[in-house]
Amino acid sequence: MVISVWSTTKIAFRALWVNKMRSSLTMLGIIIGVGSVIAMLAVGQGASEKISEQVASMGSNLLIVMSGSITSGGLRMGSGTQMTLTLEDAYAIERECSAVAAVAPMLNGVAQVVYGNQNWSTGIQGTTPGILEVRDAALVSGRSFTEQDIRAAAKVVLLGQTVVDNLFGSMDPVGQIIRIKKVPFTVIGVLEKKGQSIVGQDQDDLAYIPVTTAQKRIIGTTFAGMVRTILIKARSAADMERAERQITDLLKQRHRISPKGEMDFSIRNLTQMLQVAEQSTRVMTLLLGAIASVSLLVGGIGIMNIMLVSVTERTREIGIRMAVGAKTWAIRMQFLVEALTLSLSGGVIGIIMGVVTSKILSELAGWTTIISPLSVLLAFGFSGMVGIFFGFYPAYKASLLNPIEALRCE
Amino acid sequence: MIRTLDVTKIYQVGEMTVPALNGVTLTIGRGDFVAIMGPSGSGKSTFMNILGCLDLVTSGKYLLDGIDVSQFSKDELAEIRNRKMGFVFQGFNLLSRASAQENVELPMLYSGINAGERRQRAREALVKLGLEGREHHLPNQLSGGQQQRVAIARAMVNEAPLLFADEPTGNLDTKTSMEIMDLVARLNEESHITIILVTHEMDIAAFSRRVIRFLDGVVVSDVKQGE
Repeated sequence: MVISVWSTTKIAFRALWVNKMRSSLTMLGIIIGVGSVIAMLAVGQGASEKISEQVASMGSNLLIVMSGSITSGGLRMGSGTQMTLTLEDAYAIERECSAVAAVAPMLNGVAQVVYGNQNWSTGIQGTTPGILEVRDAALVSGRSFTEQDIRAAAKVVLLGQTVVDNLFGSMDPVGQIIRIKKVPFTVIGVLEKKGQSIVGQDQDDLAYIPVTTAQKRIIGTTFAGMVRTILIKARSAADMERAERQITDLLKQRHRISPKGEMDFSIRNLTQMLQVAEQSTRVMTLLLGAIASVSLLVGGIGIMNIMLVSVTERTREIGIRMAVGAKTWAIRMQFLVEALTLSLSGGVIGIIMGVVTSKILSELAGWTTIISPLSVLLAFGFSGMVGIFFGFYPAYKASLLNPIEALRCE
Repeated sequence: MIRTLDVTKIYQVGEMTVPALNGVTLTIGRGDFVAIMGPSGSGKSTFMNILGCLDLVTSGKYLLDGIDVSQFSKDELAEIRNRKMGFVFQGFNLLSRASAQENVELPMLYSGINAGERRQRAREALVKLGLEGREHHLPNQLSGGQQQRVAIARAMVNEAPLLFADEPTGNLDTKTSMEIMDLVARLNEESHITIILVTHEMDIAAFSRRVIRFLDGVVVSDVKQGE
């Protein structure tokens, strides 16, 4: 036989309403618990979303091939001290490695750029058209380099937003002539804004020029065709390892290194590094959520406490209900629904408080906060579980009462 | 029809065993009106609790309408109480936060009757007992006699064939006591409800048709009142 959920809930609401102060204080425990879970998850997810954005702004599935190190008098000088990579290596990788989607050789330095009476010091990066695909970059105006520009060592430049802001202000730079180390370059395009990198570096403070122009005019080389690094974009995340292996084999062969010999280059997996960062923020989010759930647990203990008091106070009521035919589960249900009503209404208010708190945090502290439907659902479900878990023992205790003794109780 | 066969009840109080009933064999027919009397500690309340399926026997048999319920589970007993029994107590035992109407609805809540029918039947029962217009009063807004009538309405609303009254007039003045007892006697005569009344007052027991006296856990006399 079924007692309608509605009548049970009505009984629960009335019982809670009689002790308004007590019920609201008990609920407060759950409100704080759920509110802090929501707020903490929002902060954590905001942080990890920000990192994901930065990872995406670096370009995805990114490998970087670096020159080897010089050993001078037993002193090893570190990666990139001995230039061993060439433009031809880059073209060979593009031609022969099937797991590679795009290649961009890089020869970079810092130089003063001048337009009219304005000047700005920025990173000059000699590269090839592949750079846009490798870095997932886009142009907001103008055009990119062509292979023709590379072959001819054309004096053309793509500017990052920061350089444009500093040299041109609000003026359209495309078609203007700027000077880099006194060499005149035509601005052919402007790059889309990327913002800060994960280490806080401005990713828009740069200028791309054809690698050949950099070699001949701006940065110079110690041997023909030298590049400092080669950026590689693998076809997919799953292809990263295959790409790394193919490049290693190819470069070893090209640099005439025996299979066991020491390599004069190294390959780094940038995406992997960033994914580690991403993962650590995810762990942080979980940790924050876990700490916040402790307060939810404390709130649950508050519910159990008050429900036990309630069962003791209402012993005679339980006796009456049993005498007129309430079965074990009906008594259990009544107190369980009461505990659930406490925890779920606390949960709903807590969700509202959590959302408000995270909005305030993002307004005042400027943190990115993200409230996902999943975290709301999770917090709500969790508060329901707390109600059932901590309501069960008092309800069980109530159902075990002996009707005669319960009726005798004053 | 109620039948007990050599029923005993022994309470365990710490290390001590306290016998409350020492072999009671009785038959109470349908439609009977029985008063159970005896000094306190005689076992009369224990016997009523057993008959009312609120307590279990230690040994012996309790046949209710031919079914041995002495080994029934807690929930099975609850169902029997719900369908076959009504209770009226000395202290009224109404839910203090519920209105008269809701108190009367209570047994039907546990027999799964829908809300509309519950409301209607509870109202009818209250009207029948002269409580029209008091449906939404809380127990503490009613007089003792009115509260006891709410309790009687609650006991009969599920059309239970058995009514247990444990000192139903103990908290009432003489005049109200007589009114309540008239009401109980009428239920017995008109609705043929079997009534088992526990009392220690002679003038209350006088309403019944049969008086059973208990002493030290056994029946010492069982007298039909002549009519």
